Amino acid sequence: MKTFKVLGGGCRNCEVTARAIEQAAREAGVEIRLEKVTDMAEILGHGVMSTPGVVLDGQVIHSGGVPAPDQVRAWMQG
Amino acid sequence: MFDALGALIAFRLLHLEPASGLGAAVHFFVMDVAKIFVLLVIVIYVMGLLRAMLSPERVREFVRGRPDWQARGMAVTLGAVTPFCSCSSVPLFIGFVEAGIPLGVTFSFLIASPMINEVAVVILIGVLGWKLTTLYVLAGLAVAWFGGIVMQRFRPERWVEDYVWKIRLGEANRVEPDRSLRGRHRQALAEVREILRRLWLWVLIGIGVGALFHGFVPEDWVSRYLGGEAWYTVPAAVLLGIPLYSNATGVIPVAEAMLTKGVAVGTTLALMMSVAALSLPEMLILRKVIRWPALALFAGVLAVAFMLVGWGFNLIA
Repeated sequence: MKTFKVLGGGCRNCEVTARAIEQAAREAGVEIRLEKVTDMAEILGHGVMSTPGVVLDGQVIHSGGVPAPDQVRAWMQG
Repeated sequence: MFDALGALIAFRLLHLEPASGLGAAVHFFVMDVAKIFVLLVIVIYVMGLLRAMLSPERVREFVRGRPDWQARGMAVTLGAVTPFCSCSSVPLFIGFVEAGIPLGVTFSFLIASPMINEVAVVILIGVLGWKLTTLYVLAGLAVAWFGGIVMQRFRPERWVEDYVWKIRLGEANRVEPDRSLRGRHRQALAEVREILRRLWLWVLIGIGVGALFHGFVPEDWVSRYLGGEAWYTVPAAVLLGIPLYSNATGVIPVAEAMLTKGVAVGTTLALMMSVAALSLPEMLILRKVIRWPALALFAGVLAVAFMLVGWGFNLIA
């Protein structure tokens, strides 16, 4: 079980990112938990200033834009 | 080349009269759509390949702890070369505050960033030429520089929401991006896709408005009312730009149409800056971190600055 967090104040790009992760997980048959974090204190607590950012199991793995599809797919491996 | 393509489609394929309003509008539209989108794809791809873009996190590290004028100089320059989604302006603002960067410097960054960016600059050169691009960039940098200083004078710290001061920024353990040529190419392509997805509608609307202006607004009407003699055209342009929100790139075709019809340079620059940097949605987003007086002041300082730019250029032109 992988735990993803999408960091962002609820803008469109954050929505797009969350949906991309959900879809990639479905396609890979990987079970995930996805949480959308809109609280600024928590977003900045992860050291992220440019949203959307993505956190996987407590690690910031992406920030500053919508991740590329193959990038999202790679997160489902391993 | 793009001119010829526009002519081919408007006059040969659609059999429109070159002298008619509709013919001129369609010609303008086709020409600008082709030119701007080709330029956009090239410039975004090359920038992505060079990885010239700096993340706001890196900007923060550069600027923090510097003396005021140095910090401001860097904030303005880095603001001009760093693209960021306006939905990022809140975390960015908090991150700057947390680093102890003066608010005036942060405002300089927030002003420069939407107004000037490398994509808009390349399109500006392609569409309006070197001279006007230089004017726009220099004026924009000056507005960002002095706008931040004026903001600082009013001690805006007192209007920052309390919770902002309490937030602590965590250490980011960032993953190094793939630096191989293939990785860069993939990243550049992804950037082209993402930025185009974000921009295409603004650019199309901008070209549409430009085309209508080009085709249907009579020249003598423009020279009578917008030629630059009447002082009130500049504040009118700034006011018009506040509710209108577009990207700096989207407003370029509108400026192109205005200039070719003889609208004064200063009036055009004032409208461009107002549309790109002074927008209601942006202000409402910033309301999360600063209270109304600071927002009103921010809007006021920008409006005055754009008017000065407009009047200044109309005077010397």
